[in-house]
Amino acid sequence: MFLALLIALIAVFVVAYLLGASRARALSGGDPARLHSLPSYHGSYVAIAAALPAFLLLIVWSIAAPIIADRMVLGQFTDAIAGMTQPEAEAFLRDARAIAFGGIVGFTDATKEAAAEFYSGIRTTTNTILILIMAALALGGGYLATRSQTAEKRTRQVVERVMMIVLIACSVVAILTTIGIVLSLIFESIRFFQKVPFTEFLFGLQWSPQTALRADQVGSAGAFGAVPLFVGTLLITTIAIAVAAPIGLLSAIYLSDYAGKRFRAAAKPVLEVLAGIPTVVYGFFAALTVAPFFRRSGEAVGLTVSSESALAAGIVMGIMIIPFVSSLSDDVINAVPQTLRDGSAGLGATKSETIRKVILPAALPGIVSALILAISRAIGETMIVVMAAGLAANLTINPLEAVTTVTVQIVTLLIGDQEFDSAKTLAAFALGLVLFGVTLVLNFIALRVVQRYREQYD
Amino acid sequence: MDATITTEASPTEAPAPAELVNNQKMTARKVDVFYGDKQALFDVDLDIHEHQVISLIGPSGCGKSTFLRCLNRMNDTIDGCRVTGAIELDDQDIYEKSIDVVEIRARVGMVFQKPNPFPKSIYENVAYGPRIHGMTRSKAELEEVVVTSLQRAGLFEEVKDRLESPGTGLSGGQQQRLCIARAIAVSPEVILMDEPCSALDPIATAKIEELMDELRTNYTIVIVTHSMQQAARVSQRTAFFHLGYLVEEGETDQIFTNPQDDRTHDYITGRFG
Repeated sequence: MFLALLIALIAVFVVAYLLGASRARALSGGDPARLHSLPSYHGSYVAIAAALPAFLLLIVWSIAAPIIADRMVLGQFTDAIAGMTQPEAEAFLRDARAIAFGGIVGFTDATKEAAAEFYSGIRTTTNTILILIMAALALGGGYLATRSQTAEKRTRQVVERVMMIVLIACSVVAILTTIGIVLSLIFESIRFFQKVPFTEFLFGLQWSPQTALRADQVGSAGAFGAVPLFVGTLLITTIAIAVAAPIGLLSAIYLSDYAGKRFRAAAKPVLEVLAGIPTVVYGFFAALTVAPFFRRSGEAVGLTVSSESALAAGIVMGIMIIPFVSSLSDDVINAVPQTLRDGSAGLGATKSETIRKVILPAALPGIVSALILAISRAIGETMIVVMAAGLAANLTINPLEAVTTVTVQIVTLLIGDQEFDSAKTLAAFALGLVLFGVTLVLNFIALRVVQRYREQYD
Repeated sequence: MDATITTEASPTEAPAPAELVNNQKMTARKVDVFYGDKQALFDVDLDIHEHQVISLIGPSGCGKSTFLRCLNRMNDTIDGCRVTGAIELDDQDIYEKSIDVVEIRARVGMVFQKPNPFPKSIYENVAYGPRIHGMTRSKAELEEVVVTSLQRAGLFEEVKDRLESPGTGLSGGQQQRLCIARAIAVSPEVILMDEPCSALDPIATAKIEELMDELRTNYTIVIVTHSMQQAARVSQRTAFFHLGYLVEEGETDQIFTNPQDDRTHDYITGRFG
């Protein structure tokens, strides 16, 4: 229904556009300069007037109609619902809708059948009303718009204004979504902290979220001290940055100041392909190639390396974030004005002296923010650590042992069927909130640093 | 100084005054410059005399900046740029293979069109050159070099209380004098200036011009300028470039009052360019 009406509206839009444009051409009498606005603006103006009100109505109706229908059914069947609890009433409505419009029905009875009948009655009536109103809006809008078309009509301003409103609406959608995600994280986390004290979560040294089904089972209490996860995350991130920072930065310097134009044009996209490899593929690589390699090498020199180690995960993650560091650093190094390079060369400095003493200090804020962005990317990375770092919440800083990270635990907490009122499941939201907070702060710092850096040269 | 090279830069040149003969600091002979396939300079012969200011003038794109950048091999940094012919500094070909370009640039300093102080403190800007060339043995010595250079560039009095503040915070004219101080600090023999005043207001320009006249006692200066008044004010000799050719070179007074070539005459009277 919705789709059919949408397609009809698109057709209205196209027809109205052609109509408006051709009317404008007729008004110009063959001399386009007589029109205030171009015919295309006239076309858009008529099209917007015809299609936009009907479209807005369709959106509002689609959201509001089911709610109103529910209310009406509830009003009609007060007697049947009087004895039900809130979830039972919801189940009743759900089943009635399923009977009326198709779907999975729990069980059926006479009252539900009646409610279903009522539902489809409402649906038919409202759809008819909707179509009639939309048609009236489209015709009326289109008619009024064509009536108001004159050579002097300032349709360009109208179209530009509508464009702006559309753009604002789209940005608002994006912002509201973000706010919604954050709010849901916060509310679920509050529920978690009602079960587990905040201090225990942040400072506890024991992580063992498995709660038993029966009270007499071993480990039934569950422990929610997240410190081992934080330490594990920190350890792997540190290893990753230790790999990515030097390799990324030095390759960025080579690309920006040493490489020839042709080599640079070829090498930069190749380096950026690294960023396009799915992280799950990096995960295979870490778990099947790198981790066994480290274990064998470790054994050869007499070290005990567990088959899933922080080192393997950290190094592969470091390789994954090299393009972030190198691409962003390359951009900021290139943004350092050529005049500074010339100035330094003109004093008899060699290339490497110029880079060490002039370019890098000048680009340092940008490089730091590139590193911070890479760090926040590494902290949020999941697949590699799931596959290569293990699940054991060891509190250790030995990179040869298995550790686990915040993201890995979120995954394991939510895998499979879950009850969404146990501390175990809710812990995932608390961890998610911490993760979100940390990366938000890091990104914020990085952006601020970049901004201050930009002001220096622009 | 070698006394055997005689001046034959241009057949139209007026005879140089007796005391100036045979004191060439730099000589260019048959210099051609190519950017890729495009030739930017054709067969340029020019002498640069010690302790003088020589102006290179000419319309945009005439090759005067290209020639200037040949004198300290700054063209090396441009991809596809090729220089043929001979450019000598104290009778030593600076394009010879055995020559260290770093040493050439230390001896032939450069000041650019747009002031380009490093994003460091005023002190560090001036100390940069001496540091990379290892010219000083102690902190005290370095400080002395910095102060002397700033004094010679006429900037010391204005900045002596804030040597640690960033060089980029100075005004345009002060920045340009800082760049001159930075160039002086490496004790060059020749200073190249590529339109050093084009980004400055008239007062800052007057200061730099004054400075050039003082610097002439210790250094040899080559300046590219679009302002013929500036060329007339600051230089002893003037060379006019047009379409990649050196058209005429001679004493500034003679070039501006009695040019030998019609094109020079047309340019300085404002008929083109």
